[in-house]
Amino acid sequence: MTRLGQLAEEVRSGGRGRTYAIAAGLILLAVIYPEIVEALEDVPLIGDFVPGVDSMVVMIVFTMMAVGLNVVVGYAGLLDLGYVAFYAAGAYTAGWLASQQFEQVSFSFFSPTHNDEPGIHFSMWLVLIIAGVFTTIVGILIGLPTLRLRGDYLAIVTLGFGEIVPQFVRNGDSLGGFDLTNGTFGISPIDSLAFGSFVFRTQSNRAELFYWTAVALLLFTVFCCIRLRDSRLGRAWVAIREDETAAAAMGVPLMRTKTWSYAIGAFFGGVAGAFYASFKSGAFPADFYFNISVFLLCMVILGGMGSIAGVILGGMLLGYLNVEGLSTIGTKLQDGGLDFDPTKYQFGIYGIIVVVVMLFRPTGLIPERRHQIELAEGVHDTPFYDVQTEGAMTDRDRSND
Amino acid sequence: MASALERLRRSSAVDLTGLGLVALVLFWLAVNFVKAPAEFINVGLIGLTNGAIYGIVALGYTIVYGILQLINFAHGDVFALSGLVASTVIVSVLGLDADASVPVIVGGMLLTLVVIMTMFSFVNATIERVAYKPLRHAPRLAPLITAIGVSFIVQNVGLAIYGVNFRSVPAFIPPTNVFEIGGVSYTWDKLAALMVVVPLLGLLTWFVRQTRQGKAMRAVSQDREASAMMGIDVNRTISITFAIAGSLAGAAGIVFLLQFNMRYDTGFELGLIAFTAAVLGGIGNLPGAVLGAILIGLIQAFNEGLTWFAPGSDWTRTIVFGILILILVFRPEGLLGERTPEGA
Repeated sequence: MTRLGQLAEEVRSGGRGRTYAIAAGLILLAVIYPEIVEALEDVPLIGDFVPGVDSMVVMIVFTMMAVGLNVVVGYAGLLDLGYVAFYAAGAYTAGWLASQQFEQVSFSFFSPTHNDEPGIHFSMWLVLIIAGVFTTIVGILIGLPTLRLRGDYLAIVTLGFGEIVPQFVRNGDSLGGFDLTNGTFGISPIDSLAFGSFVFRTQSNRAELFYWTAVALLLFTVFCCIRLRDSRLGRAWVAIREDETAAAAMGVPLMRTKTWSYAIGAFFGGVAGAFYASFKSGAFPADFYFNISVFLLCMVILGGMGSIAGVILGGMLLGYLNVEGLSTIGTKLQDGGLDFDPTKYQFGIYGIIVVVVMLFRPTGLIPERRHQIELAEGVHDTPFYDVQTEGAMTDRDRSND
Repeated sequence: MASALERLRRSSAVDLTGLGLVALVLFWLAVNFVKAPAEFINVGLIGLTNGAIYGIVALGYTIVYGILQLINFAHGDVFALSGLVASTVIVSVLGLDADASVPVIVGGMLLTLVVIMTMFSFVNATIERVAYKPLRHAPRLAPLITAIGVSFIVQNVGLAIYGVNFRSVPAFIPPTNVFEIGGVSYTWDKLAALMVVVPLLGLLTWFVRQTRQGKAMRAVSQDREASAMMGIDVNRTISITFAIAGSLAGAAGIVFLLQFNMRYDTGFELGLIAFTAAVLGGIGNLPGAVLGAILIGLIQAFNEGLTWFAPGSDWTRTIVFGILILILVFRPEGLLGERTPEGA
């Protein structure tokens, strides 16, 4: 028995060592990617499909949002169909605090290159944090009244917010005569990330600088999510996901725990949104629509709900298809004489991916262990009618008399 | 009176906020009515007609939700696709144009109605068979997510066949007035929509209330296992429900096409509006869906048509979803519904 235990321990620690080794290798590969990308592009056959550094930045930003969404959908099991609202909130925070949008004032804070310009100019690094905090507050404000709802009702309410926020920013150019969001034109240009007067956007290796920042942000997000998953809060989330009623009975404060998952998911969405706004130097209302929320959800589902490695894989894969892959494939097909443009049908393709994954591999590419068990053995997801209907309670009480 | 006061005292702050909001809206409507009564009624009639069209789509959501507790996201897109196919049937297959004689137009329309309703009842039942049935025992979010995927697939089928351009049909029914009283008028093309919608509602109510199959539907929506034990073929009943929902979507597609232009993604927004209507009336409740749809139609029309402090069409989406959120927060059971487990 003890020998068996020791063996299991060895396997387990060995497994962990292997995981660390793979993770370290991947991180190293990610860091040196800009240096090797040219060599990769020369490789025959696959060379054309290698994403450039610029595309990689976009892919990583979306992956980061997917990892944030995974906290809400994967850990806590709350279906959020309005994640794009957080992305928009983050991007517009960057627009407000680091551009010439409010030209009535001239204020700069740790942003030496913008000292004399009109508008508010915070250091972009600070803006990333402020955007995260602001979006967290938005998330809590959205969450407090709505998280009492369960399941699909919650999904619909989040969908509603995901539709309201873009329309708000689109119409926000004359709120009582005040131009908050510059309407359909969006806010542009937005300041670049910079160390003092070393401005990323004006450097010759601009893409690489943004790329490494994106990698750092993603690593930070992943680190936070792993630590959160293994925390008391993370276990509470999983408990709620598995069985809300049982979790409540065990003393998990439902509202507070759910709101935390919402707030933390929103935080990463906001930071990613602000970073992306700085990278492409603008926040445009056309970028924020329902399909983006579904696209992010797709990444989480394809990768495996609740599994960080899975979500990263799903995010990079779908992000790649979105940014470059589909158009590359389309060009190849057209070279081969087939008149089909996959980018036109990208959301149909994502739809097929979602349906196929849900039907044939609901746990995703890299399943989370607990979620796998849940799907294999079934859940007790049936809501408790008898406890909630007051009539049923009194009837039972009466019959006991 | 005393009991009403008592109830008022017992109601919580949440209820009072909700009542306050309703009072504000009523006040806004009253001021608008006093300022321009004829215009107000005209706008209201437009809202009523649109609301009736939303109503048939909303019924599709509500009967499917009633039986499977599934928000069938694809329903709006099935509606849009049916409208597009109807445009092909009317224009290319039947070759109808606005100059044809009245019997030919009426006959052609009825034929299209029957063809499209039959076709999309099969389409919707097939969607259920392929995409939702295997997930009947999965966690509840699984079929919902699948429904979103199906929604995108159906939308892209429309895109692949019909491209990105809007489709329309010739104005078969001229927008001449049915009546005009003191500035208030109502046109034939709008009345035609009601002439399709109202009999359909009657037919559906009769089917669900009176027929054996309708009884089976109600039984399955109450307790799937118990009805199986009573000898009801649950799978067949669910298929039939989806078929009915599909045929309703088809009818709505034609009625909508006669008044508006349609495109592959028309169904997404209209579907969400119709779903909001179903929730407003109390999801799973048939009269509720129609009531909710008419209210949403009126709200939309008043918002876009009135002149005194109306936010205008830029904000329609915000208002509709705002209502959805307020309803779900303040009264998740809807206007006519009963408390569901999703509620507080």
